[in-house]
Amino acid sequence: MKTKSKVPWIYMGIIMVITYIPIILTVIYSFNESKLTSVWDGFSLKWYEELLRDVDMAEALRNSLVLAGLSCLAAVVIGTTGAIGMDKWKNRVNNTISYLSLMPLMIPEIILGMIFLAAFSFMKLPFGMLTLVIAHTTFCVPYVFMTVRARLAGMDKSIEEAARDLGASEHRVFFDITLPAILPAVWSGVLLSFAMSFDDVVISIFVTGPTVNTLPIKIYTRMKNGVTPEINALATIMLVATIGILLLAEGKSQKKKED
Amino acid sequence: MVSKKKKSRSWLLLLPIYIFTLVFVAAPLIYMIVLSFMTRAEVWGFVPEFTLENYKRILEPLYLEIFASSLKLALCSTALVVVFGYPFGYFMAQMSARWKKRMMLLLMIPFWTSTLIRLNGWVIVFRSNGVLDQLLMALHITDKPLKLLFSYPAVLVGMVYVLTPFMILSVYSSAEKMDWSLVEAARDLGASSIQAFWSVTFVHTLPGLLSGIILTFIPSMGLFFVAGLLGGNKIVLVGNIIQEQMTKGRNLPFAAALSVVLLLLTSLFIGIYRKISHSGELEGMY
Repeated sequence: MKTKSKVPWIYMGIIMVITYIPIILTVIYSFNESKLTSVWDGFSLKWYEELLRDVDMAEALRNSLVLAGLSCLAAVVIGTTGAIGMDKWKNRVNNTISYLSLMPLMIPEIILGMIFLAAFSFMKLPFGMLTLVIAHTTFCVPYVFMTVRARLAGMDKSIEEAARDLGASEHRVFFDITLPAILPAVWSGVLLSFAMSFDDVVISIFVTGPTVNTLPIKIYTRMKNGVTPEINALATIMLVATIGILLLAEGKSQKKKED
Repeated sequence: MVSKKKKSRSWLLLLPIYIFTLVFVAAPLIYMIVLSFMTRAEVWGFVPEFTLENYKRILEPLYLEIFASSLKLALCSTALVVVFGYPFGYFMAQMSARWKKRMMLLLMIPFWTSTLIRLNGWVIVFRSNGVLDQLLMALHITDKPLKLLFSYPAVLVGMVYVLTPFMILSVYSSAEKMDWSLVEAARDLGASSIQAFWSVTFVHTLPGLLSGIILTFIPSMGLFFVAGLLGGNKIVLVGNIIQEQMTKGRNLPFAAALSVVLLLLTSLFIGIYRKISHSGELEGMY
């Protein structure tokens, strides 16, 4: 810190404590024998056991993973080709299309959900995984598209030209120069897309069919129906997974810097 | 010849995003606007007859009140998010590289953890006879459970909690880019620390602040699940009404009209943002 004042540390400390209180409480109560959060009945793993036996939850998790995976894949194809295409072939329509493609991030989720529900039933699409993937792809595309576009705009074009002058084919130029340059941007777009898709409740509730549940939908309906210690156990597992992935990513980027 | 060939191929690259955006973003949007002027059908769907009835219905006091209270909640949440998030992002940008990294990790853990799961933690806190009640009773501040769950303050806490990270990240990303020697220069030239803050730091972090406001304000109008989980059925927001009209009410045209109005409101705010910040893209979005 440049200033010697303690105020910033105290301020940030308080906010961090408030941020983590609910998270820590969730973890503590996931080991509570009692179903109620008002009493502590001793340590128990029974909610974890119950969670493992929960077939519905497992299926919801599988659906969420498939959904996030497929939406990311579609977003990568659409977003990356779009960013490269617009970079190469500039025209006035591009601006309109890129503005429109960003709309899903600018519109409140609830409206997006309602729009999709109305439009998909008009298009007579069967509600379920297909509609979920289409809807999620619309808000995943901007993350990939924007990051790749920003990367391409900041790229030194003379390298590509030099390669071409030296006789490299368009294919070579793309795979040897352009692709490695935009790959980090693609990855960060994918990561964000995956997280957003995996976490989405609002849009999913609108566009899912009666038989397909995603994990957030399942959690939401359980929570709405009252006391759910199983959710605390699930929360703890997800938290551990998140921390693990973040530390792994952190370690990887550290290693890269050292190399 | 070469450049012609190149052009024809890059045209193909544009196809996926053009088609996808037109079919699944533009067309549904237009469809919704058209729908909002249609007459409701008996059971589900609509009859293609032009009407302004849906918009007139929004002007009924009941719905106007809901719009007003949603707007109020969104404004309150945004104000609190600014109070918590702006200084945090600003302080964080001044930390040493090592602490920046640690703070970022501490921020990212809740940010990447499911929103619902974080709200679940607040349900535990607020639940009648839950953690907060017991704490307050043990400290003899109150003598009976406060029944804080399913109340307006609980919803407000949930909103602020979910949305503050967006503010922190966007303020941080613009404060990070700032040249701090400008502040020192201002101080050397005799500005007080408060003057230096307003004339240098604030101006430079304004894009981040504004983009944080947008990123907070827009979602807070529609996060019906926060009101659903922490507000019970007592707190009704536009988001809840739209959801109810779609599912239980089965009144598609009215839900569309509500959405159009909400969309116009949010576009208004984005327009103001653009005007002030002279930029089309939001800071700290990725």
